[in-house]
Amino acid sequence: MRELIGLIAFIPLLSSVALILGAGRLSRIVIGCLGVGSVGVAALLTAAMGLDFLANPEPFQVTLWTWMQVADFAPGVAIYFDGLTLVMMSVITGVGFLIHLFSTEFMEDDISYARYFAYLNMFVAAMLILVMADNLLLLYLGWEGVGVCSYLLVGFWYQNSANGYAARKAFIVTRIGDTAMALGLFLLFTELGTLDIQALGVAANAKWQVGDNMPLLACMLILGGAVGKSAQLPLHTWLPDAMAGPTPVSALIHAATMVTAGVYLIARTHELYLLAPIAMIAVALVGLTTSLMAAFTALTQRDIKRILAYSTISQIGYMFLALGVGAWSAGIFHLMTHAFFKALLFLSSGAIIHCLHHEHDIFKMGGLRSRMPVTFWSFMIGSAALAALPMTSGFFSKDQILLQAYQMHGIGPWLWLGGLVGALLTAIYSFRLVFVVFFGQANTEPDKHTGWRMAVPLSLLCVLALLGGWIIIPVAEVFPVASDHHPAFWVEAVSIAVPLIGVAIAYLVFYSRQLRLEGLVKAPLMQKIQHFWFSGWGIDWLYDRVFVKPYYGLARVLKSEPVDALYNLIVRVNQSLNHWLSEGQSGQMRRYIASMVFGLIVLLAILVGVL
Amino acid sequence: MLMINLILILIVGGFAALISERFGQNIPRKVALAVVMLDLVYLLLSLSVMPELELLQAPQPSDPQSWLMHYSREWIPAFGIKIELAVDGLSLLMVFLTLILGAVAVSASWTDVQVRRGFFEANLLWTLAGVLGVFMAMDLFLFFLFWEVMLIPMYFMIAIWGHENRGYAAMKFFIFTQVSGLLMLVSILALVAVHQSNTGVWTFSYFDLLNTQIAEQTAFWLMLGFFIAFVVKLPGFPFHTWLPDAHTQAPTAGSVILAGVLLKTGAYGLIRFAVPLFPQASIEFAPIALWLGAAGVVYGAVLAFGQTDFKRLIAYSSVSHMGFVLLGVYAWNALALQGAVMQMVAHGFSTAALFMIAGSLQERLHTRDMREMGGLWQNMPRMGAVAMFFVVASLGLPGLGNFVAEFLILLGLFQVDRWLTVIASLGLITGAAYSLLLMQRSFQGEPDETRQLTDFGSREMLTMAVMMIALIGLGLYPQPVLDIARPVVEGLLNFSATVTGELL
Repeated sequence: MRELIGLIAFIPLLSSVALILGAGRLSRIVIGCLGVGSVGVAALLTAAMGLDFLANPEPFQVTLWTWMQVADFAPGVAIYFDGLTLVMMSVITGVGFLIHLFSTEFMEDDISYARYFAYLNMFVAAMLILVMADNLLLLYLGWEGVGVCSYLLVGFWYQNSANGYAARKAFIVTRIGDTAMALGLFLLFTELGTLDIQALGVAANAKWQVGDNMPLLACMLILGGAVGKSAQLPLHTWLPDAMAGPTPVSALIHAATMVTAGVYLIARTHELYLLAPIAMIAVALVGLTTSLMAAFTALTQRDIKRILAYSTISQIGYMFLALGVGAWSAGIFHLMTHAFFKALLFLSSGAIIHCLHHEHDIFKMGGLRSRMPVTFWSFMIGSAALAALPMTSGFFSKDQILLQAYQMHGIGPWLWLGGLVGALLTAIYSFRLVFVVFFGQANTEPDKHTGWRMAVPLSLLCVLALLGGWIIIPVAEVFPVASDHHPAFWVEAVSIAVPLIGVAIAYLVFYSRQLRLEGLVKAPLMQKIQHFWFSGWGIDWLYDRVFVKPYYGLARVLKSEPVDALYNLIVRVNQSLNHWLSEGQSGQMRRYIASMVFGLIVLLAILVGVL
Repeated sequence: MLMINLILILIVGGFAALISERFGQNIPRKVALAVVMLDLVYLLLSLSVMPELELLQAPQPSDPQSWLMHYSREWIPAFGIKIELAVDGLSLLMVFLTLILGAVAVSASWTDVQVRRGFFEANLLWTLAGVLGVFMAMDLFLFFLFWEVMLIPMYFMIAIWGHENRGYAAMKFFIFTQVSGLLMLVSILALVAVHQSNTGVWTFSYFDLLNTQIAEQTAFWLMLGFFIAFVVKLPGFPFHTWLPDAHTQAPTAGSVILAGVLLKTGAYGLIRFAVPLFPQASIEFAPIALWLGAAGVVYGAVLAFGQTDFKRLIAYSSVSHMGFVLLGVYAWNALALQGAVMQMVAHGFSTAALFMIAGSLQERLHTRDMREMGGLWQNMPRMGAVAMFFVVASLGLPGLGNFVAEFLILLGLFQVDRWLTVIASLGLITGAAYSLLLMQRSFQGEPDETRQLTDFGSREMLTMAVMMIALIGLGLYPQPVLDIARPVVEGLLNFSATVTGELL
């Protein structure tokens, strides 16, 4: 059984290859069966593997083959399976399967149906390799693989250049982080002589002390990779644009799985981070700052998918906060619950967009509650979980994070406070979305209804988003034990109350309209601030000026190849010499005589000089 | 005899292709393909009788008997010039690459050459013959001869069948290579003279010259002669400017051979001659060579980003990728050197394929200007998918050969110079920028529905499939190539370590 674990990644890969090779020759039924079926089989195998593991929770390692061997560098194509792997694989194949099923209806009319499922299957395979990898090099293969699949799917509708731009932006911005991560790999191998994750932990603990510079450097480089992939400051700018892809893609890649890879990576290498307390503080601060920045931005957006994108950035910020304070399993727990409710939110928004002639602006929606009941309830449950209302899945995970943040030595209470502000904002923007889209006046009539292939995934995700908080993830053996010391009661009470206050504010402002903010919103200063938030805090603008434009400029200046000027100079000198000498051959006798006389004089002068 | 036969088959085959044109316009290409295939089969058959053990044992660089094959006979005894050929793992890989890409080149030019087809195929085969000679000759005089010989048919290919600015490009290519070749000739003669004055024996044999004692100052200048010749060919910054012109103007088969094979003679020369002949001087020179490599990586990538000509963009990407080879060679440790060898092979396939795509586009659209392309995926989905594959290969996607190469090089380089590794790693980002831009401008974007374009047919798909399988194989299980190169790399490292008493 355990030897077959490689199949779980291999089956979607095989299906992807089959879809590519069979392009144009397969019927839609076959494409759908291959695309959905392969992930379904992977999910079943994962479930079987999981039951086996829970009965006998012993991590194991399977080496398929040695990838390459040069001197003492010998990374294998090898799998490491423990509780963390199981959680990640379950999310990928489980949520992935539901999204694939949803896609068969969502993409029904698209001419590139096969290409879509080929990419999506390939993504699942790459993502599985990422989480199953036993060493950082194979992890890097999955890491880059999901990056390419994300690029392909964001730019899926390639006919529109804007989508292509978004796709390239997504790839290149994450590649900046990936390059930092690659440097981290070089450093780790050079210092510790291995890239096997388990061996790295042992070697690092043997060689380094807590607080040394080397683990700090390595962790910061790995953090570079993580912030790129997980869309955290300062490399988060690609994610809102990545919404150009089909909505199920946003649900799978840009909410549930790929963007959480950075969280997984840091959790996976936690042994290194424990040696670098400064790096952990950096992780926490990156997470908190990103979380607040994105939450403010989400408050001002109008595009339903962009709101969800910023919300994803913000929620991953919470996960980073958790990792930074050492609440490893809380971070992974939030990763899982977030995968449930954010996939649910994206899929419901996809259903709305699908039924509303591709409308994205929330202010052109409205009153959809009675017209799209399934979608309404899905969205409602998703938003409740996102806002962390009591008893939803998001509540359990976010509560854990906030409480553990509070207990951190030193800056803990401040991190907790920041997290609370974020929670308040989250509740406000998520219920702003609910009230604007589903209540009030109807602005656009839906022209389609959701079929079963959309309704089933939505319903199942509803159950997970509601009850997912009761799942106990089997990561106790993976991470060091967190202290079970509980903070004061008021801390817990405040943490629970804040989201409710947020919902109340959203209700007063966007539903009952008892709280009128027009005066405030129209004030010139607030206009400016709103605009600033809306633009994502001007970060895109800044990068455009500092990096993109100068790079284009540099390329334009160099295009004419300045180096060649040197060689052209040689050519020109030769040409002018040639010109000058050929002038001498004029055929005029007096010139020849003159030059002969001149030459004679020079020779005589030399002669005289020598004598 | 095997090695001489390999070369002779190509030379005679060239004449056969030339003559065969009398029997029909379409005969020469078939003859050429048959000749290359014959050569390939001949090589495979001869290798299959060789015990596998020999492939994996480390040859002493200075002991020809320890090499896989060795052949030597007198030629001009007065000066100690011999016809001496030898093959070790490195040469063997290069010979294979040459022949496979030779077949690809014939396939690439199946339809795009319209005039004097016999002469075209003859030049193609003769170039290959010259390249094989370069990879196998171990007598420096003979080596130089082949070095020059491969130049002339290539010149003709660019000058006769090239595009609008072919005269300029061909001349530039010729002069750059010729001048740098002369520097190498001077170095060779001086080296032989030094050896003669040391020992009283005239010899051009690599094996005899390896341990020549040379004064420090002299060794530096002689090394520089070799270095410049090889770096011009590689091409390394700042000697690369002939390449974009030559590539852009050359016919498709010419570009394939240039990028896939000819550039590798430069890399091969560095590994085989420049460093082992002058190990001490190379150590001292290594920092400069490394900086040139890193500069090439970044500079090539920035320039590639600025191009609007499809082929020119790929040409500059070669400058960037070959910068990695320079880094790998002068980092001079097992990881980096293996990476450099890997890069030579992987880049050969990925770039050859991209040039073939460029050629197919030009044949169909009659332009290389990407501003006039866009949305071609719609018209030619197969070509689009193939192009996407090679574009992600060239930007170093793990799982494909180029990644293994670049990762090993950077990993090896990191142990030598960390900051330089950081700079060279910028190539990973800039590489992604130009590769994806290429894809965007040509195959993505708004399609032109009125275009009637034929997609890749089975001949093209078969050729592409060969290269795709090669790159996937190199990416997921590179061990066969690494194993063949390993003894050579170890031998060279040991040799230079014993000569200089320390590792570079």
